[in-house]
Amino acid sequence: MTPEPFLGVTDRTPVRHHILSVLVENKAGVLARIAGLFARRGFNIYSLAVAPAEGNAQFSRVTIVVDAESAPLEQIVGQLDKLVNVVAIKDLAPRDALERELLLATLSVDNANRGDVLDVATNTGASIVDVNATSVTVMLAGTPGACDQLEKALEVFSGVELQRTGRVALPRLVQTATA
Amino acid sequence: MQLTGAQALIKSLEQEGVDTIFGLPGGAILPVYDPILDSSIRHILVRHEQGAGHMAEGYALATGKAGVAMVTSGPGATNIVTPIANAHMDSTPLVVITGQVATASIGSDAFQECDITGITMGITKHNFLIQSAHEIPRAVAAAFYLATTGRPGPVLIDLPKDISQSTMEWWYPESIEELDLPGYHPEIDIDQDAVARAVELISQSERPVLYVGGGTLKSRAHQDLLAFAERTKMPVVTTLMARGAFPDSHDQHLGMPGMHGMYSAVTAIQKSDLLISLGARFDDRVTGQVSSFAANAKIIHVDIDKAEFNKVRRADVALQTNVASALQALEAAKASPQNLDVWWKEIRTWQERYPLVYDEPTTEGPLRPQHVIEAIAKKAAPGTIVSAGVGQHQMWASQFWEFEEPGTWVNSGGAGTMGFGVPAAIGAKVGRPDRTVWCIDGDGCFQMTAQELVTARAEGIPIKVAILNNAYLGMVRQWQEMFYEERYSEVYLSADLPDYVKWAEAMGCVGLRATNLKEMHEVIDQANQINDVPVVIDFRTDSSEKVFPMVAAGASNDDILVHPLLRGGAQ
Repeated sequence: MTPEPFLGVTDRTPVRHHILSVLVENKAGVLARIAGLFARRGFNIYSLAVAPAEGNAQFSRVTIVVDAESAPLEQIVGQLDKLVNVVAIKDLAPRDALERELLLATLSVDNANRGDVLDVATNTGASIVDVNATSVTVMLAGTPGACDQLEKALEVFSGVELQRTGRVALPRLVQTATA
Repeated sequence: MQLTGAQALIKSLEQEGVDTIFGLPGGAILPVYDPILDSSIRHILVRHEQGAGHMAEGYALATGKAGVAMVTSGPGATNIVTPIANAHMDSTPLVVITGQVATASIGSDAFQECDITGITMGITKHNFLIQSAHEIPRAVAAAFYLATTGRPGPVLIDLPKDISQSTMEWWYPESIEELDLPGYHPEIDIDQDAVARAVELISQSERPVLYVGGGTLKSRAHQDLLAFAERTKMPVVTTLMARGAFPDSHDQHLGMPGMHGMYSAVTAIQKSDLLISLGARFDDRVTGQVSSFAANAKIIHVDIDKAEFNKVRRADVALQTNVASALQALEAAKASPQNLDVWWKEIRTWQERYPLVYDEPTTEGPLRPQHVIEAIAKKAAPGTIVSAGVGQHQMWASQFWEFEEPGTWVNSGGAGTMGFGVPAAIGAKVGRPDRTVWCIDGDGCFQMTAQELVTARAEGIPIKVAILNNAYLGMVRQWQEMFYEERYSEVYLSADLPDYVKWAEAMGCVGLRATNLKEMHEVIDQANQINDVPVVIDFRTDSSEKVFPMVAAGASNDDILVHPLLRGGAQ
């Protein structure tokens, strides 16, 4: 499988962002410690996603997209690492990271534009996950850039209720040269 | 062995070798105060929780051990927030125990409830909200481990009342692994490549300066510093937090750098080609304008905390380790600079031309504050510990007292907490009862925490307090004089209100007053004779005295303003 090309920056993404994949102890207040640190040091969080870490109830993984314009990355990582509940920090430059995000959007539809919604979904790789007489919910799990594109494409529809998860990321796999 | 949570807490503190708790009881911490009656630990009953915190800090700064304070929930806890913030800024090891409302009441706005772990999140190294009595030994052991290792700092344990009343089977962690701190690794392998690069930079240097910060004292590196400095002949400056790390009487010591630093210390840094920062953090009070700070110097930055690297100033070599290990590594590698004769010649010229000076004292008064400090110092027993509040008197104490050994200077650096002096002196005296402890205080500072002298008298802690009473919030007055066209706004306090002698006497202390030179010498001698109760001296000082040298806030250190007596020639 060929890795997807790096989509580059989009108008929704800060110019210089970095992804920090932070392994933390799954204890009360840890998220507040991280959020509080960013707030008091003037570091900007662009997006944040938290979930239990791989197969271990003791730890959670926090994926933070940081605005590396707001403070030097070294300073952000250094201060974050001092939080006692932070176990490990992986710093991923966008070019080295496989980033994904999930977008859910519910749109008001009528007979006239129901087909247009389907077209947008088909063209962007989104799927229809819920429908009723007046609304359609579409979902896209994709690159942040693809989510940006879908969001833009949905602007023409009325009554859009849209939710994005913030991105999660893993390091890109190293490609070994083939003979 | 079944113990209550309260008993387990006290037993855990005993396990950690705690000999003193500074505290004040209240509802939520009440259960813990019962087993104190049966404990060998001395409890010192303060009159305000802020006093407990600063006493614990004074104890820690004088002994090098963690200070311990214990207070109740709600206002008891919020009253100790200032000392916690102060300890956080100055990396002072502190363990603070707060009572909390019962677990079931947390979040219900119960009586004397407050979210102290939330409040102190940003000003502690770490904090714990205890969830079960079984956790208490681990939390206490972890708190002491966190407070005293790596970059030291305050750790808070919040203990709900129902948990201190519940029971547990006694145990105590026997290893660091049992502390359950998977994200905390204070031991750092020294980077030998960085050491080699530091040695290389040193070998090229013709104008080095050892920029010694509080981390040097924290890692007990004063002997290593002395050995390294004497072999390499490098000039030494000690920051406000490092006074005592290198003897003031040593002829390689240029004194304190920074806003009110010695001319030679400030200028040597400015003209240096290599700055070796040893547990210092390039604080704004040292650097002044960062862009012109030691503009031509390479930087070797030694710190246990890697977040300090490149925070203010880019380091050419960043060496993450404690100062003692770094100096030992540099010594082992026989790191040596170029011949420093020319450099020293230049430094000696500055020292001769711009010594510390003040206006001639007058016989009839008012007294010169600098002269008072020198007179006390001259008559003080060797090894006397000095504490200070924050402001002019603090700067003069740092400038005019000669510090010869670690643990003799107890002050509030990063936070600049007025009122620190009296309670910190009490804590220092408790930690080092063999030493004389003088608090050099200002009249503004004294009024903030003076009630702790009641504690000192009641507990038999005979400190000596010198109030440099200039009837003003002196440092603010100085800024208004210099930078606000002498428009004095809300800085006048009055020399006679309160009557400090009567106030001292009301608190069970000896109260003395000196308005002229003769009285100044007399009261100092009198104070030195009194060793059973605290003494407070009201020294009437000249309110027009200003602290010099001075670098205006945000100005370049090149624009250092010396005392008017030294002006006239080119600087």
